[in-house]
Order: sequence, then C-alpha cells, then structure tokens
Amino acid sequence: MTCTEFLAQLDDLIDDEVTSQMRSDLQDHLRGCEHCEVTLNTTRKTIEIYRSNEIYELPSGLRERLHAAIMERCKKGC
Amino acid sequence: MATIQPIAGENEQHPDVALVERVRGGDVSAYDALVRKYERQIFRIAQHITQNREDAEDVMQDAFLKAYEKLEQFQGNSKFYTWLVRIAVNESLMRLRKRRTGKMVSIDEDVETEEGSVPRDLADWAPNPEQNYTQSELAEILRKTIQGLPPGFRVVFVLRDVDGLSTEETAESLGLSVPAVKSRLLRARLQLRERLSRYFRRNDGVEK
Repeated sequence: MTCTEFLAQLDDLIDDEVTSQMRSDLQDHLRGCEHCEVTLNTTRKTIEIYRSNEIYELPSGLRERLHAAIMERCKKGC
Repeated sequence: MATIQPIAGENEQHPDVALVERVRGGDVSAYDALVRKYERQIFRIAQHITQNREDAEDVMQDAFLKAYEKLEQFQGNSKFYTWLVRIAVNESLMRLRKRRTGKMVSIDEDVETEEGSVPRDLADWAPNPEQNYTQSELAEILRKTIQGLPPGFRVVFVLRDVDGLSTEETAESLGLSVPAVKSRLLRARLQLRERLSRYFRRNDGVEK
C-alpha cells in the first residue's frame, strides 16, 4: 500500500468505516510508515480538539430574545 | 396541561418527533425545548458560515422562527435537526450575500486546492499540545485556523466532526452529494491538521 492509497482511506479509518481486511492492510502500512502514522494521529487530534472546545460561545440573552420573538409570532396565531 | 406521552413500543421514533407533534398541537413550550436543544449548534453553524457574530445572532433567530412557521412542511422523513440545519444554512448564505453585495456565495462551489491533498508538515505534535495554551489563546488559534478554510469545507467539518451528523445527514442538510461531502471532509481535516501543526508541533529542538 502506498501513502496515497492510505490517505484515500484515512477518513473511513478515522470514522471506523473500514472492513476488517482493509483495517489490517492499513495497519500493515502504518507499521512501516511514520509519516502516515503522524498524519493519522494528528488528524484524530485535530478533530478531538475542535470537538471538545467551543470556539463560539452562545451570546447571553439570545435565547430570551428568541423566545420573545416566538411568543410575539404566536400572538398572530400559533 | 397534560401532555400526550409517546406511545410505548414506538422505540424507533426520534424524541424530536414527539416535541414537533406537541408544537403542532399548540404547545409552544415544546418548541422552547427544541430551541434549548439545538440553539448552540445552530448559532455555531451560523457563525462558521457568516463569520460575523451579529449576523449569526440574526440567523439563529430567523432560522428558529422560520422553522416554527414552516413546521407544517416538516415531513418527518428526515430528522428535525437536519431540516433545521438546512434552514439555518440557507439563512446564513442569504445574510452573507447581503453583506457582500454582488459577490456570489455558495456552499456547493467546490474549491480546487492543492493544499491539504498531500500532508506536507509531517512533524509530530507534542503530547496534549493544547495544554500549552490558555483556553482563550486556544480558542483564538482554533477560530483563526478554521476561518482560513473555504466556507463549504468549514461547514462540512463542523456538521460531521463537531456536531456528529452522519455523512448522509450532512449531505442532506447542505444539499450536497455524499461524495462531495466526503471529499470536502477529507480536505478540511487535512488542511486543519496542517495549519494546526504550526502551533502544536513537538518543539524538542530537533527541527532546524
């Protein structure tokens, strides 16, 4: 397996959507390729960091304004 | 007021469906429950597309109001959230077009970039590299990094990897094909990884 072939399967590997045969082929490649191992690990870490850090906090009061707007709309008939 | 409980045995039904039914029956508090459940995600998506806080606030409000008004049109053959995201994405794009008059903004234009198709920065990262930054420094790095991506990449990444939608749901809410979502997701992930490497690479003096 070449690095390009590995990369083509990277997302499916991360999302756990590969067959067991493919997984074992990918693992064989990883054992001999430090570059792809780094790419896999740091891509996983990238996703994890974005998932666990909220970068846009919900402004305070927004929910209340929305609720008021919905109630206002509701007066015209829900 | 007594509410009708979902019938036991209908385990297949998504809890949102019951809430939607209650709203249709005139129970506004059920809509508040839907708002509370999804407000963060909708605001986040709007921020990622518009990159403007004021616009994102307006989009969130308009999207929830529009969904409320159009609730009769919600068929229930897709998830309520997927349907809501689609409204929010359209509202975000409209807002963006208003701000950039004359300039077309689209989620489905594919951007041909060499960047990200082949990883270049192959240096490993420090263990738990995010711990080298304060929370606000980290948030700034993550914002700056993702803002550098084309809008169509950003939103695919956020829906798939941050919100946890499936590829099919992401495709449905963006009006894209499944292969288009897959191709963008890979490039988005690789580009973000590449850009974050500047901040997170192992700094052990080996690099010259």
